[in-house]
Amino acid sequence: MTVAQIIFLVVALVTLVSALMVVTTQNLIHAALWLVVTLFAVAILYALLNASFLAVVQVVVYIGAIAILFIFAVMLTRKEMRDQGPQLNASWGLSALLAVLTFGGLFALLQGWDGMSKTVAALPSGFDAMNELGTALTSPNAFVLPFEVASVLLLAALVGAVYLAFNRK
Amino acid sequence: MVPLSWYLILSAGLFSIGLFGVLARRNAVAILLGVELMLNAVNVNLAAFWRYGDVTQMAGQVFAVIVFAVAAAEVAVGLALVISVYRRRNTVVADEIDMLKW
Repeated sequence: MTVAQIIFLVVALVTLVSALMVVTTQNLIHAALWLVVTLFAVAILYALLNASFLAVVQVVVYIGAIAILFIFAVMLTRKEMRDQGPQLNASWGLSALLAVLTFGGLFALLQGWDGMSKTVAALPSGFDAMNELGTALTSPNAFVLPFEVASVLLLAALVGAVYLAFNRK
Repeated sequence: MVPLSWYLILSAGLFSIGLFGVLARRNAVAILLGVELMLNAVNVNLAAFWRYGDVTQMAGQVFAVIVFAVAAAEVAVGLALVISVYRRRNTVVADEIDMLKW
């Protein structure tokens, strides 16, 4: 077992354990903090995959903005749903069964695919992933249209969120 | 080296955990936490396929960036909805928000 494999296994274990804590822990603030751990472990996975831009954006956008937004939402809506009482609904057993079946189905699907044991090739010399990504996002021959559509979606979501959360009294 | 399968199995596990959170949690904010886990699982897959395929094709990373934007939009609107519902009905329990279910 190589060093890269050991690092991957440790990060994967942290990801899965903290994700389990996110969905099972009683206290919602703790769930949001466990989500930060999961997101950080996923950022390390991006770094292991040489996707440096994704790793940085994961930390800045997910941990810096989304996780903090979750913590704010939990604190703003906390008054009546304290941490006592069941946090899982009555049919959580069925949900767990469905989640296990989904995992089993995906696993079985992957077993039958021949690209599974593919190993990683070295990056071509002089290859700059960040430069390539920037070009791909803004080049008319590549992905400039999806990129612009995503920015319009963000603007629409911003206006919608302000409208919904605005306190009309 | 780490084979592609490890990343795919990890992300299948992360997706299933997120699915469990979405289906089983009572609190609407916790349901959104589960959705975030599922979106992250998808992003790990996209990045892994980019790295193990042809790295000069940036489609995997570009799509992951767009998933980031969609996740941010989803959280902003979702949490605004939760806060709006909380103001009007004084609850964030998904079972109790049933005005449309007559």
